[in-house]
Amino acid sequence: MTGNKTVHEPLFHVVKREDMSVKKKLLIYAAAFVGGLLLVSIFCALCSEDTDNPFEMFTSMFDGVFGTQRRFWVFLRDGALLLGVSLALLPAFRMKFWNLGANGQIVISCLVGYALMKWGKESGVSNAVVVILMIICCVGAGIIWAAIPAVFKAFFKTNETLFTLMLNYIAEGLVTVMITIWAPKGSGSLSPITEYGLPSIINDQFLPILVVTLLTVVMFFYLNKSKHGYELAVVGESENTAKYAGMNVKFITIRTLILSGAICGLIGLLLVGGINHSVNPTSHAGMGFTAIMTSWLANFNPLVTIVTSFLIIFISLGMGQVRQDFGFYNDAIANVALGIVYFFIIACHFFINYRLVFRSSKRPDEDSFIMNRKAPEKKPETEIKETTEEKQGGNA
Amino acid sequence: MERPVAIELKNISKYFFGKVIANKNVNMTLYKGEILSLLGENGSGKTTLMNMISGIYTPDEGQIFVNGKEVVIRSPKDAFDHKIGMIHQHFKLVDVFTAAQNIVLGLKDGGVYNQKSINARVSAIAEKYGFNIDPKKKIYDMSVSEKQTVEIIKVLYRGADILILDEPTAVLTPQETEKLFAILRRMREDGKSIIIITHKLNEVLAISDRVSILRKGEYVGTVNTSETNAKELTEMMVGKKVELKINRPKTQFDKPLLEIRNLSINSDNGSRAIDDVSFYIRGGEILGVAGIEGCGQKELCEAIAGLRKIVGGQIMHKGESLIGLSAKQISEKGVSMSFIPEDRLGMGLAPSFSITDNMMLKNYGEAKGPFVDRVTARKRANDLIKRLEIVTPSSETPVRRLSGGNVQKVLVGREIESGPNVIVTAYPVRGLDINSSYAIYDILNEEKLKGTGILFIGEDLDVMLALCDKIMVLCHGKVMGIVHAEKTTKEELGLMMTGSLDLTEEKKDKRFGIAKDSNLTEEQWKKSSEEENDDRQ
Repeated sequence: MTGNKTVHEPLFHVVKREDMSVKKKLLIYAAAFVGGLLLVSIFCALCSEDTDNPFEMFTSMFDGVFGTQRRFWVFLRDGALLLGVSLALLPAFRMKFWNLGANGQIVISCLVGYALMKWGKESGVSNAVVVILMIICCVGAGIIWAAIPAVFKAFFKTNETLFTLMLNYIAEGLVTVMITIWAPKGSGSLSPITEYGLPSIINDQFLPILVVTLLTVVMFFYLNKSKHGYELAVVGESENTAKYAGMNVKFITIRTLILSGAICGLIGLLLVGGINHSVNPTSHAGMGFTAIMTSWLANFNPLVTIVTSFLIIFISLGMGQVRQDFGFYNDAIANVALGIVYFFIIACHFFINYRLVFRSSKRPDEDSFIMNRKAPEKKPETEIKETTEEKQGGNA
Repeated sequence: MERPVAIELKNISKYFFGKVIANKNVNMTLYKGEILSLLGENGSGKTTLMNMISGIYTPDEGQIFVNGKEVVIRSPKDAFDHKIGMIHQHFKLVDVFTAAQNIVLGLKDGGVYNQKSINARVSAIAEKYGFNIDPKKKIYDMSVSEKQTVEIIKVLYRGADILILDEPTAVLTPQETEKLFAILRRMREDGKSIIIITHKLNEVLAISDRVSILRKGEYVGTVNTSETNAKELTEMMVGKKVELKINRPKTQFDKPLLEIRNLSINSDNGSRAIDDVSFYIRGGEILGVAGIEGCGQKELCEAIAGLRKIVGGQIMHKGESLIGLSAKQISEKGVSMSFIPEDRLGMGLAPSFSITDNMMLKNYGEAKGPFVDRVTARKRANDLIKRLEIVTPSSETPVRRLSGGNVQKVLVGREIESGPNVIVTAYPVRGLDINSSYAIYDILNEEKLKGTGILFIGEDLDVMLALCDKIMVLCHGKVMGIVHAEKTTKEELGLMMTGSLDLTEEKKDKRFGIAKDSNLTEEQWKKSSEEENDDRQ
């Protein structure tokens, strides 16, 4: 530089990056996860009257998840169920159809399942008949609940986020109504029907794990290799492009949501037929919403979704144990903890997508590049778009 | 004698992603009362440089002097404080506001909002420079050129003495461009300094006093317009000798491939977009379609490709009707359509898909079984990259990371690769620099020599006059005439585009767009037309 003043730029720029290696990404995620847990542990120690050692939280968490064989099975089962719901959302989300109605789709399936079991018990038909009917009807119920907003979106361009969200409340409301009809007196909850339902293989936890494992494999190929998966991704990218390529956007939208609903229905079936044996308005355990986060964090990649789903179940089961060990009276603190970890994981995306360049940092020249600590890869010049306006923050 | 300087840039550099060079050591001077053209290929950093002057970006290195004083421009407001205003390529206006309301938007002088005095001031500015505008007109009622006028007045209203216009003529007809240039000249006489970015060399030569050239982010030099010519400018811009000639190879015209008669199409809002249009394309012929943007071009493309229902008329391909066939069936018959919209990527390509995935967009269905065939697609992608010299790290790079020219090569290349016999292409060189544009023209000419019929919907009349064999002019969805490119002039086309000249009215006896050697006899046409009518009833 020949005596030029450089100048008066803001303290730092936020610069977009697109070239981070997978290894580095994983490292950032891991750091965020651990960092979040550390903060939570300090927070828990401060709030607890029983203990002052923040590290006890970690032992407590591990105990809660891996402490007994049963706990571990439950961890696998809950992780699998959440993964299943996430898999249900993936095709819709890849199509940029924001299906926020998984809760409703699951609950309506549970309701139908319970009705069939109740009918079975009253009429005394064999369990096999009931199970076959349950499979068909539960999946069918999920499909209907998901297809309604899809049809409206396809033909009348309604907003699917509001529509699917509202259907959640309708489904939950329907369950409440049915409970008052089926159990007009007493506790206000339905008695479990254990005589009917899905067969127990090895133990109650194994079936959902098996089903979701198979589902994951199928969905991986469906989303990444199949024509359907390709089509829905094109629709998600640009409806005009899909239309210009001769695709039937309406049909693809509805077909994809049928799949999404069918998987939710399947999860509902597993819940009512194998785990709860009963139904209530929160049978879904909030998984429909949690799955939005797991699939989003996984960037809609089915394999990464496995990791995010199990991580979240790990925290939530772990915190359950912490709550007991630390003597918290309600689960509010556990929820705060979850929130903190989520926040850390979401916030770390900023460092994956952007980098801060400070005013004082040296400018790159032809052969050395400080930020990367290694020579920049030569990119073809023409690759640079003239309007590389992407997120030049810090100066607006 | 020293001329007073309006803006001086010294050693300005800007990097993106921390390492991509957008501008490097750019030195440039804008004198008071002059019009300076900024010329460069796509991706040469013109817009980035201007954005730094107008406060959208801040330079990483270097200094900016305004009127001889060093300044720091951190925001568009800072820019206005230094009397610098930029008119962007994409308008930033509120549709439901009036012209005057848009013009004062964001201003805080005095805190009093007096519509009447604002209107009066807007009118005064308009009158001074010869703009034609109604301050009370709503933006949504305006044509593109009117919107641009609002943008320019917006800048003048803020008292700008230095105006930067980013490709202002891209959206204008030749007549409108002339008008704009007249206004710019009047501003120059008034002592304003103007920087104008444009790709069109003839415009550069017509309007500017001096021309500054950028190449790959670096400053190449500045020349006086009176002492240069198109060839020299292009060479400075590209950095090597280039042949500035669009070929129009002579071919043997075959029988009509695509014949369209009395076609009528509605637009999305139900108004008539194409009204009783007849024309035909022969094999080995390029038929240009000229017209102001939005006068039915898009609807015409979509109707031919089977993506839009028609209201009446016939589309015959080699003597067989295309009406009622699906988009897929039509493309299987060898009719390909590529439409480059303003945002380039919106139709025809999926931006975050790789080149490979984009290659199979139209024929992914041909693979056997439920899975897509990426292996073949990758091979085709690599072939295309080699053949059209597409600059990309690999066939797996998302297309949104390619530059505009390469994106368009992917799109046009894919269409041609499918071996069509009719190509319908709209704005294939939209926003491309000279080099890339010529590459596309060459591709089209190559197809033409193979006997393909090409419908070329374009914007640049000079190009159409050089490239096309015949040109059809549309105005509000009606055909104003079909002329031989060799026998017409730009002025005639301009008049037809605006509807001032209607050859179909003047030469009533000549039946425009009806081929003498049609694939069908008149009786067959009549019969088919009747059948269509029956179907519709």
